[in-house]
Amino acid sequence: MSSFPSGPVKQVVGRTLVIRGEDIDTDRIIPARFLKCVSFDALGDQVFADDRRECKGEHPFDQERFQGASILVVNGNFGCGSSREHAPQALMRWGIRAVVGVSFAEIFHGNCLALGIPCATAPAAEVESIQQRVMEAPHLSWSLDLELERLTSEDQQWGIAVDEGPRQMLLNGRWDATSQLLAHGSEIQKLMQGLPYIDGFSNS
Amino acid sequence: MQLSGLSSGTLYDKVWDLHRVTELPGGSTQLFVGLHLIHEVTSPQAFAALRDKGLSVRCPERTVATVDHIVPTTSQSRPFADPLAEEMLSTLECNCADHGITLHGIGSGRQGIVHVIAPELGLTQPGMTVACGDSHTSTHGAFGAIAFGIGTSQVRDVLASQSLAMSKLKVRRIKVNGRLADGVSAKDLILHVIRTLGVKGGVGFAYEFAGPAVEALSMEERMTLCNMAIEGGARCGYVNPDQVTFDYLNGRAGVPSGAAWDRAVTWWRSLVSDPDAVVDDEVVFDAASIAPTVTWGITPGQGLGIDECVPGLEQLEPGERPIAEEAYRYMDLQPGTAIAGVPVDVCFIGSCTNGRLSDLRAAAAVALGRHVAVGIKAFVVPGSEQVAKAAEAEGLDRVFLDAGFEWREPGCSMCLAMNSDRLEGRQISASSSNRNFKGRQGSASGRTLLMSPAMVAAAAVHGQVIDVRTLSLQVTV
Ligand code: SF4
Repeated sequence: MSSFPSGPVKQVVGRTLVIRGEDIDTDRIIPARFLKCVSFDALGDQVFADDRRECKGEHPFDQERFQGASILVVNGNFGCGSSREHAPQALMRWGIRAVVGVSFAEIFHGNCLALGIPCATAPAAEVESIQQRVMEAPHLSWSLDLELERLTSEDQQWGIAVDEGPRQMLLNGRWDATSQLLAHGSEIQKLMQGLPYIDGFSNS
Repeated sequence: MQLSGLSSGTLYDKVWDLHRVTELPGGSTQLFVGLHLIHEVTSPQAFAALRDKGLSVRCPERTVATVDHIVPTTSQSRPFADPLAEEMLSTLECNCADHGITLHGIGSGRQGIVHVIAPELGLTQPGMTVACGDSHTSTHGAFGAIAFGIGTSQVRDVLASQSLAMSKLKVRRIKVNGRLADGVSAKDLILHVIRTLGVKGGVGFAYEFAGPAVEALSMEERMTLCNMAIEGGARCGYVNPDQVTFDYLNGRAGVPSGAAWDRAVTWWRSLVSDPDAVVDDEVVFDAASIAPTVTWGITPGQGLGIDECVPGLEQLEPGERPIAEEAYRYMDLQPGTAIAGVPVDVCFIGSCTNGRLSDLRAAAAVALGRHVAVGIKAFVVPGSEQVAKAAEAEGLDRVFLDAGFEWREPGCSMCLAMNSDRLEGRQISASSSNRNFKGRQGSASGRTLLMSPAMVAAAAVHGQVIDVRTLSLQVTV
């Protein structure tokens, strides 16, 4: 497995796997019992635990042909529900480095960005055709290019979109927001002085 | 106090502008967080990251902690029987002690579900930005705050900088005309809204709940409403603050008094959406047409009025059909099945949606003089220690116990089943919580029907889903 994202994320290259279905929530991506942990380290094995058990080895995350894939293709409203970052953490620790889908729940999208994992969108029909292509030829290598907003397999390509803010943050390696936020300490100080609730409305 | 400089627009616009620190390269906004709430599940990795980076907590006085998700609701004596739960709580205790953060722990009189305690302690106030590593942070919007859930990396960012990188949402006004009928609650209203607009309808929006039916709601009902905005895809929901809001807050621990109170109310009033504020979208509902609403499927958008039947595929939009088919299979409910009369095994009253005093009163009014049906497990989990105490002072615990319900200690409990309160096998629950996702209540094949607390109590005494309006209520509770 490649190392976790760091620095600029311009391209994700690798094999692709498909999870089909609308409104796949973060409880399904990582069931609550696995949230009893004080570190994210063990989550990779637990991703989609209940779905996988139900599928008895036939779940995409267990199928031989998808092992080692790094781009996940999903449908609409993926990652809805709980805000648990454990969900993208589990996907990342399994090996996922980019997600392509019709739409994403906002908190999930933000959590992915905070880990350097792009969430790219394409219209439903395009996503269908990408999914079909993957199923037909799971061995193909794919490339998701953030600069060109393009998803390419050996012989075909699709336009994808990444929200402009996140795209820039990923391209210039500023997706890890902490240092940028810390750079504006004095502005925060000033802003706090203008917010009357900070001192309990004690100033008239 | 300076009141000038406020932009006109919606409350969302005004609060956003007041908390905007700067624009970040890449187009997001650095937003100051006025109140940061933390709990044991989504904070330990954030504190660990701070330690790794050698960072400290910038404003420890603006972060407040409690423990809710993993606490047992039977015996809360320490150490907990579950060593993992014990480890999570002791990690939180150490982190709070190390960084000077107030922790409302078990037995403090102030512990409870994070979204129940912050309002009752007066920590949540109009005009604040509120963030918490929990999607139901939208609850706090009931006060006219801009409140949203965040992930653990963002918890780390808030701890380190008291701010976040955010993108501004659009605003959709959900205008509810008329008045809810008797026996129809805020839970029914929000289940109806989500059923109508869909679970992804709110993505990209903040929901402004407005109109006469919303104004007529109590603060606790408004919290129920905003709590589930996220289930409709809207990261935050809010209600403009009014006299109901101020009356609720007046006298609470975290709220100013005397002249400072007057200044607070003046400021809060100034934040209300202007009459001519432009919203990006508006959807109008008629409250009187809403019936007690129950979910039949595996998303909170799969709701039905109590007189309706599970829809057939032909009644659904093409996009909704695959998940409906999945729901038929998972729930073992076929198209055409009336939702009233569906038998249940377990009845759960509690959660940050419906674990407050008025919720327990509504359920107790149904339980009074009745008894839980044979073979049904029914339990009540107050949302906080304060709720438990107030309920016990009114004798609600006795009403429930006499009716055959269990009366538990406060926590999240079977809303997400991180403690030992869980469904087993294919059991089906009537639940006052907010999520009916597959496996949500602790069994990978367990099933959940979401409904109001009064409807859960009615299901408990009848052993099946039933319209609470058909039961006569004694009014002595
Ligand atoms: S009660 Fe349920 S939804 Fe609310 S905070 Fe607890 S687990 Fe989350």
